[in-house]
Amino acid sequence: MSRLTPALLTAALAVPTAHAVTPESLMDDYTKEAHHSTPTFNVPSAALGQHFFEKKHGEWSCSSCHTTNPAAPGRHAVTGKAIAPLAPAANPKSFRDTARVEKWFRRNCNDTLDRPCTAAEKADLIAYLLSVRKGG
Amino acid sequence: MRAIRVVAILALAAPALPVTTHAADVYAEECGACHLAYPSRLLSAADWGRILDDVAHHYGVDATLDEPARQIVAQRLGLPLPAASTAPATLPRITTSRWFVDEHDDVSVATFRSASVRSAANCAACHAGAARGDFDEDDVRIPGARP
Repeated sequence: MSRLTPALLTAALAVPTAHAVTPESLMDDYTKEAHHSTPTFNVPSAALGQHFFEKKHGEWSCSSCHTTNPAAPGRHAVTGKAIAPLAPAANPKSFRDTARVEKWFRRNCNDTLDRPCTAAEKADLIAYLLSVRKGG
Repeated sequence: MRAIRVVAILALAAPALPVTTHAADVYAEECGACHLAYPSRLLSAADWGRILDDVAHHYGVDATLDEPARQIVAQRLGLPLPAASTAPATLPRITTSRWFVDEHDDVSVATFRSASVRSAANCAACHAGAARGDFDEDDVRIPGARP
């Protein structure tokens, strides 16, 4: 229990509930969380994030809906509905609300990976999306 | 999309707007992100109730809602509050609490469902000291996993 309590505190601090966040601050939060949960994790990697984004984990990849150009609008793989660009450079609303970000990680990681994404994967993914310039 | 943005701006500018504006916003965000934010008249309340009962398996995707959003969506779809359902009220679960999910984010669903674990509620399957309150991460042994 003595080991568990600090871990809980760290987890609670790593995911703030305040809405005034930026993609960079979210990436930093996930990085701190990853240092705790994934000892081998060092710094967020845009290259690993891109690999994760484009890799088919089962039936789907992130890019199945968001396309391999996250600066462009995506399209839902099942319904065909347009999806706003994911890259912050192309969408100022992207990664600005912790609850919204966590909701979509929850839903989409479950669909794509059949498990929650790790903090390390989230940090890498945001690093990649931040590296994408407008126009792709 | 532009209409949604206008609604969002109005909501920020005039917090005294009727609750229905917020409800429309929530419905558009929660239900309209992946498909059209369908008008409620397209199905019966009973059908909407069945759909809302299992949004975790929503036509092949996870469309889970938090409780405040679920209530707004239910209201928007013309369901009585709480949503018409034969299911018992949802009780809080340790295994779905934020800290639990964070602590176990490196454990796959397959592991939790494996024959030797069966359920995330089966703490002692991996935490040998669980019964005495010892969940030390260093002592975790996942059955079947390499040490």
